[in-house]
Amino acid sequence: MTTATTGPTAAKAAKAAGAAGKPKPATMAQALQRAMRDAMAEDPTVHVMGEDVGTLGGVFRVTDGLAKEFGEDRCTDTPLAEAGILGAAVGMAMYGLRPVVEMQFDAFAYPAFEQLISHVAKMRNRTRGAMPMPIVIRVPYGGGIGGVEHHSDSSEAYYMATPGLHVVTPATVEDAYGLLRAAIASDDPVVFLEPKRLYWSKSDWSPEAPAPVEPIGKAVVRRRGTGATLITYGPSVPVCLEAAEAAQAEGWDLEVVDLRSLVPFDDETVCASVRRTGRAVVVHESTGFAGPGAEIAARVMERCFHHLEAPVLRVAGFDIPYPPPMLERHHLPGVDRVLDAVARLQWEAQS
Amino acid sequence: MDSLQQRSSTVQEPPGAVPAYRPTPPPAWQPRTDPGPLLPDAEPLRVLGTDAVADADPALLLRLYAELIRGRRYNTQATALTKQGRLAVYPSTTGQEACEVAAALALEERDWLFPSYRDTLAAVARGLDPVQALTLLRGDWHTGYDPREHRIAPLCTPLATQLPHAVGLAHAARLKGDDVVALAMVGDGGTSEGDFHEALNFAAVWQAPVVFFVQNNGFAISVPLAKQTAAPSLAHKAVGYGMPGRLVDGNDAVAVHQVLTEAVARARRGGGPTLVEAITYRIDAHTNADDATRYRAAGEVETWRAHDPILILERELTERGLLDEDGRRAAAEAAETMAAELRERMNADPVLDPMELFSHVYAEQTTQLREQAAQLRAELEAEGEA
Repeated sequence: MTTATTGPTAAKAAKAAGAAGKPKPATMAQALQRAMRDAMAEDPTVHVMGEDVGTLGGVFRVTDGLAKEFGEDRCTDTPLAEAGILGAAVGMAMYGLRPVVEMQFDAFAYPAFEQLISHVAKMRNRTRGAMPMPIVIRVPYGGGIGGVEHHSDSSEAYYMATPGLHVVTPATVEDAYGLLRAAIASDDPVVFLEPKRLYWSKSDWSPEAPAPVEPIGKAVVRRRGTGATLITYGPSVPVCLEAAEAAQAEGWDLEVVDLRSLVPFDDETVCASVRRTGRAVVVHESTGFAGPGAEIAARVMERCFHHLEAPVLRVAGFDIPYPPPMLERHHLPGVDRVLDAVARLQWEAQS
Repeated sequence: MDSLQQRSSTVQEPPGAVPAYRPTPPPAWQPRTDPGPLLPDAEPLRVLGTDAVADADPALLLRLYAELIRGRRYNTQATALTKQGRLAVYPSTTGQEACEVAAALALEERDWLFPSYRDTLAAVARGLDPVQALTLLRGDWHTGYDPREHRIAPLCTPLATQLPHAVGLAHAARLKGDDVVALAMVGDGGTSEGDFHEALNFAAVWQAPVVFFVQNNGFAISVPLAKQTAAPSLAHKAVGYGMPGRLVDGNDAVAVHQVLTEAVARARRGGGPTLVEAITYRIDAHTNADDATRYRAAGEVETWRAHDPILILERELTERGLLDEDGRRAAAEAAETMAAELRERMNADPVLDPMELFSHVYAEQTTQLREQAAQLRAELEAEGEA
């Protein structure tokens, strides 16, 4: 499972399904909507709530149609108050519901941090397991869509630093469905980070035969390679896959690992890959200093030191507040910056 | 300027043209709700010492008395335990027992209580084991009881953050068709927090069956109410959310019980939330770590001692012939028995399992936590062998 290549597998499944009825291309936003819809249909305790999720269907239309299909009690437009939304979700979970809350934009989630950290993450622990918090906190995150200030943050490091939370982020349409189903099924709180710039990415994904839902916590090798491992997640996965294709021209054969789950962290898949390739670059658009890559690089270094031919490098966003949209392309790690890092891995030493 | 005036006064519509747009004024603004009935009375409700007390059920008066005596003794015993090092800290409710006891007695068994860190006594009056109620303050675990079993949320240390939980729980109960009410307790300082605002707003919009109960004991640690709010009273805040605000004498156990019982009944029959402010006073310091003489005058404390919740109820019971020396002694002895048992049980060292540190972080331990648990186990074994 850890070495499965979901992309080609899904393509095969799509071909197989083609005989019965050709799957239409679906966007990540549609797959997320379908995941909530299926979960709500199966389990009457699943409730979707947040600002604009009802009548409007969410500002990204991810909750489109849920209020109409399940009623406003199951898909609720709340007052505009993130701490109130998440705080009310805590009480609903106490009474046996499974709330799925939307935070609309990454930086809008900050008012809810006290509820998230002091209660959502800790309630199971505070009550010795008596009171789990099966809440999903959906956060559209990251840049690349030309959003103005406070609409493009990558806040994953804050969530990762809080024990009690799971932190996951899909990079493909298939994973968007599977991971969200798994997150809703989880008895623990899951911060579900949705890469905004991949909302409209498409796949020949059939909602009639969705991929089986795996428990969260497993990374996946998106591309096999022998020369170095690119460790990445969410919006940077397509960047790394593109970089790996481009690297072929240089004779570099790169492996790409999509983490999918930042907490829990899949040391096994990541370290198995790095031991095979001997070199690693961590790629993400969040800031580098004390960012997710710092943790990941340290873990790889601790576990794979004797297999490494070069230091683990990080390609991250600059350590600046998220820039204005007209400058964001200079901040976001792109293919060239990834390839520069791969070059710095002293490639010739191996050849 | 001249030309503009000229133009506006000489505009002629050609025959057959579409009539010029003439904006109609918007409809006159109307308030959505008549604020009058939502406003609290000018004076806090009092029952003891007024004619209204004649209607009070003698059995209720005696029950409140017994609980007040037990509650006072619980406060003094827990305070003594902090001096002996058996409790890390104890925020006393001496002087506020009427609020604590009435909150517990206003609820049915199926209802939920959402206490703050100061409301241990309300949890005990609701029937929680006194030692289980103190584990947070003793430091052997954060919450010593199963909240679902007792329908008491964990004692909440961050201010006002339990209020939105009460709203969510009450809302969920109503969605499920259960006639469950949540009573959420908060201090005067907590009303300044953002979560107070968001909880009241959500509750009113959702018409959730919640009662918000503010114990205004005069001080948020050392900051007096005048530096906390400019509102006429904390109960007045209710009108801004579209719910009724009620003011009550927090040292009058009968009045507090009456107001809370009415608010709970209103919520239960679908009438929505209520904000109740009880005017009371914290006789002790904020906790044993606080020096109250730095911020308040001794004379002020003495004035409130004369309005002690036990004293004023005892006077009523005695005048009515419902309580004599024997009754007083019986209540005191029952409280003393509770205190002795509490002392004895709290003096036993709790047996803690360090491996439990990893048991309740996630439903299933992550690989990382399993590795850390193995590390701790090895350290414990090495300690055992040394």
